[in-house]
Amino acid sequence: MIWIIIIGMAVVTMIPRIIPAFIVDKLLFPDWINRWLSAIPYAALGALIFPGIMSVKPDQPHLGLFGGIFAIVLAYLGVHIIIVVIAAIATVYLLT
Amino acid sequence: MEPNYTVVQATSPVALMKKGFSKGFPIMVGYIPIAITYGVLAKQAGMSLTELTFMSILVFAGASQFMGANMIAVGAGVIEIIVATFVLNSRHFVMSLSFMNRLRGSALKWKLPLSMGLTDETFAVTAIHPKEANMKNGLFFYIGIIVTAYFSWVAGSFLGGVVGEIIPERLSQSMGIALYAMFIGLLVPSVKKNKKIVLIAVLAMLINALCVQLGISTGWAIVLGTIIGGAAGIFILKEEEA
Repeated sequence: MIWIIIIGMAVVTMIPRIIPAFIVDKLLFPDWINRWLSAIPYAALGALIFPGIMSVKPDQPHLGLFGGIFAIVLAYLGVHIIIVVIAAIATVYLLT
Repeated sequence: MEPNYTVVQATSPVALMKKGFSKGFPIMVGYIPIAITYGVLAKQAGMSLTELTFMSILVFAGASQFMGANMIAVGAGVIEIIVATFVLNSRHFVMSLSFMNRLRGSALKWKLPLSMGLTDETFAVTAIHPKEANMKNGLFFYIGIIVTAYFSWVAGSFLGGVVGEIIPERLSQSMGIALYAMFIGLLVPSVKKNKKIVLIAVLAMLINALCVQLGISTGWAIVLGTIIGGAAGIFILKEEEA
């Protein structure tokens, strides 16, 4: 039973991932769609960050926000991404 | 937009793969504690070590695996679990379309495994490094990122299933911010290069938050935020930024 669930989950997860690999060479996108697709990473990053970041500690949404704001400041100052990640973890850890 | 084909860097596959490993390292930091937690939870849900590890090997999608394990624990039906997984993971279609559009012209034998390794995190890191797509052997860079993420996820799941909660709860909870911080660390430098990008990201955030408020599921809220936020790029991005 669990194996059927695993296989089923694997198939439905794989389908949306692989379809673009097959179709992208068959389609020639107009320039505006290429611009749209190029903007997808930034939009996806935005949508993945917020409001999800508030659920780091679901009962204390401000903790995630504080960690996030600190990460923004460090990243803006040009700090290496690994330091940004570690500093955000430390912020949440110390504020808990 | 038009890639500069005159700049063909002759970098070795090994060097590019190593660069991919190092760019994938933040994903590893984020994935391992989450994967361990998944392993523990899946074990408690009644899955065997083999089952929970193979779910990571075959599905490789964090949020849906947590959901799957939870639904197994509460005795949800097979179809229900599979449909919920599809709804949650269909967001990868949009991301994959964006990623594959960059790899246009590469052989399917490379695009196929790369597309299978696409998660929110591997997409974020690969997408923020677009220039490798036009480099000779550049695909090895992306392979390096995905292999790092995949190995961390599978190993972490197995570890969680074997040894249980090895990271103290307070620390593992705090490490829950790691991937968000990574997303921020990827987004902010792009915004510094082109201030207008912040509009795309913030619009996506607001649409996503609005959708969540309206009771739309997490997966679809991210899809809508990504598509509508990305549409702002049609007007904002000029050729050179694509």
